[in-house]
Amino acid sequence: MKAQVNGTSRDLAEGTSVAAVVTLVGAPDKGVAVALDGAVVPRALWDRTIVPDGGVVEVLTAVQGG
Amino acid sequence: MDDPLIIAGREFRSRLITGTGGAANLSVLERALVASGTELTTVAMRRVDAAGQTGVLELLRRLGIEVLPNTAGCRTSAEAVLTAQLAREALETNWVKLEVVHDEETLLPDPVELLDAAERLVHDGFVVLPYTSDDPVLALKLQDIGCATVMPLGSPIGTGLGIRNPHNIELITSRASVPVVLDAGIGTASDAALAMELGCSAVLLATAVTRAQDPERMGAAMRCAVEGGRLARLAGRIPQRFWAQASSPGL
Repeated sequence: MKAQVNGTSRDLAEGTSVAAVVTLVGAPDKGVAVALDGAVVPRALWDRTIVPDGGVVEVLTAVQGG
Repeated sequence: MDDPLIIAGREFRSRLITGTGGAANLSVLERALVASGTELTTVAMRRVDAAGQTGVLELLRRLGIEVLPNTAGCRTSAEAVLTAQLAREALETNWVKLEVVHDEETLLPDPVELLDAAERLVHDGFVVLPYTSDDPVLALKLQDIGCATVMPLGSPIGTGLGIRNPHNIELITSRASVPVVLDAGIGTASDAALAMELGCSAVLLATAVTRAQDPERMGAAMRCAVEGGRLARLAGRIPQRFWAQASSPGL
């Protein structure tokens, strides 16, 4: 199946969790948040939340700014 | 003299809030932040990329500086609300510098989207510090819906044009009951001092320090300017006169 991860189309296995996607993009351990289809997925739910076919995942962290 | 800045019940000894954008590298940024004496500093939220993180969070943690996430880059209320919620999740703070800009050329706040986003975020339990235009009416509306500060611009972000409408800033400071933070447009130390003399409670700046030829020295200059301006405001300036008035006794 396909999902949009940080703006890039990716082939993911069925049943891929948000936690797996976070690892896939090489996110650091701390200071990271995830939105799935425009809603925040709390860290405690990353393992249990499955990315649906066509899902849009954004993995964000803090950078220099402002 | 004990004169803390108090925002949403939290006390700060420094009245200078800084940004982290524009610094050539983290070591330059570190020296500038330390010299500025800041205790509260903004960061932006962006996609994790393959190049890895910037390390700015670790730096701020090591320096004991509070992190203030912003919603820079957001153009609509919905985008800003989601970005604030992601920042709260990532950084474990319910404070947010709310920015909703209208277009890239001016980076001026979109007042309609801003007010809507502020209302939603206050309702969602955020401590909202909104970047706003220097419109005294909008500033009061932001205060009335529960924002913790109002942060009017002196001039557009990154221009260094200083405070283009000092009277508007003074109108805002004379009527606001929450702290007024002059945010954006500061070019040099005298601009920061003027903001404080006009009655602002604090100054927020980034570019003026991070892109200065010597960021560390400019950080120190801004610290002194904010302190000097604050003292002058509290001291009460003399009225301006048309004719001279001798300061030595007559012969």
